[in-house]
Amino acid sequence: MKPTKYLSLAIALTMLSAVSVADISPDDVPFDGSMQVNESLTGKAGDPTEGRKVFANRKLGNCLACHAASDQSDQLFHGEVGPSLDGVASRYPEGLLRTLVINAKKVFSERTVMPGFYSNEQGARVAEKFKGKTILTAQQVEDVVAYLTTFK
Amino acid sequence: MQIKSASRLVGRALLLPTLALSFSSVAFAGPDENQLIIEGETISTDTKAAAGNPLPHLYSGWRFRSIETQALQADDFENPAFTAVDTGEELWNTVDGSAGKSCSSCHNDAAESMAGVRAKMPSWSDSLGKPHTMETQINACREEQMGAEKWKWEAQDMLAMTAYVGLQSRGMPVALDLEKGEMQDWHDKGEDLYNTRVGQLNLSCANCHGGNFGKMIRADHLSQGQTNGFPVYRLKWGGLGSIHRRFKGCMDNIRATPYKRGSDEFIALEVYTANRGQGLSVETPSVRN
Ligand code: HEC
Ligand code: HEC
Repeated sequence: MKPTKYLSLAIALTMLSAVSVADISPDDVPFDGSMQVNESLTGKAGDPTEGRKVFANRKLGNCLACHAASDQSDQLFHGEVGPSLDGVASRYPEGLLRTLVINAKKVFSERTVMPGFYSNEQGARVAEKFKGKTILTAQQVEDVVAYLTTFK
Repeated sequence: MQIKSASRLVGRALLLPTLALSFSSVAFAGPDENQLIIEGETISTDTKAAAGNPLPHLYSGWRFRSIETQALQADDFENPAFTAVDTGEELWNTVDGSAGKSCSSCHNDAAESMAGVRAKMPSWSDSLGKPHTMETQINACREEQMGAEKWKWEAQDMLAMTAYVGLQSRGMPVALDLEKGEMQDWHDKGEDLYNTRVGQLNLSCANCHGGNFGKMIRADHLSQGQTNGFPVYRLKWGGLGSIHRRFKGCMDNIRATPYKRGSDEFIALEVYTANRGQGLSVETPSVRN
């Protein structure tokens, strides 16, 4: 999906819900046949600057635990468990990047080690503190996705 | 102050060149090629995996640590765990409990009687009807033979004793006997737990220590999660910790509710992980970051 189209969709969604848009809940995310989630989970556009922080934050995305990214060269340690994300926006359309962050198992297989950041598919014995919660909020997912789209 | 820290630096600088012969540079893509030599004795840190082991080749966790951390373990005078080992030796000879006995009353010289014990732990106990870990065996002796109170799993005295007893097997290959009693069942239960995805991050032990050892997970260099060096002195802990403390830490990190230290689940997991390292040398007490 082209950024312009996405923007207009986001604006349209925001206008539809002048008061407030309830986020799409993890169980209601519409994964279509192409595995792309083309709508914003919150109806709002993501903020790449926020996304950059969520990406690095050990208590939030902590994407750097497993991925290297040149844009994060101010951070000392980058992981090697997953591939480098440089250029990922040229490889994947935005809708697929969104699916990847929401629940990578939909794109890869059940066997991937990449956690689902907005998914109720979690392991056994989830710690009390995190029970019934997704790793990221819908808006944080949007922010990370917006950030990833800058990885051209 | 300044002079003191400078002289400490010199101490370090002197230590490293003496070890430099056996150390190569750190490679991040896998285990490094360094050799562990303690007091002139080479301790092998890798070995062929036995048939049926899911790992292609076995490597001690030492091979994944930084040169600085490796150096601490390569010298018993630098190894911070040896304060506890000394305490363990003292406790070995100290009478405790209503029977008026110490460990040495029954076992005499630990260097002889305890050689090989760590290498076969956990081991089946008929009286218990389950595997003994080093901790439960020590407590069984305390309660049944000495009439002494048992120690908590992570008590300083317990850590000191498991380090001291474990040291007597240093260099000997891990060799569990799964044929005894119901060891195989405990192993299989541990294997299930090892492969079960837990926590909000939805990961199993195997996800990190099976398929991904040798890779960096942010600032940490993933090892095979072997247990041959325990109890280990962790710089982060500022002291010794048991195998079950490490399991708990890994489960906490993936946002799972850990099992309790000493629980059947952790004992089963310990049986499985120990056997997964069958053939690696005991390195107790290891040093970790
Ligand atoms: C525990 C490890 C882990 C974490 C944490 C993780 N990923 Fe991944 N990721 C992977 C792996 C592994 C793959 C490759 C697919 C596979 O092998 O299953 C991957 C693939 C990807 C891809 C596709 C890359 C490509 O070129 O195919 C993207 C995009 C991605 N991850 C983004 C993220 C973002 C954004 C985060 C944080 C919000 C994140 N990942 C967190 C392990 C992880
Ligand atoms: C998200 C990744 C991850 C998961 C999942 C994980 N661990 Fe770990 N584990 C680590 C890291 C990082 C370390 C410290 C560096 C190293 O030795 O690998 C570690 C260390 C260990 C060690 C110490 C190894 C040594 O030589 O000092 C053991 C034992 C261990 N893990 C067992 C387990 C078990 C059992 C489980 C499942 C309950 C588990 N781990 C799950 C990341 C993980």
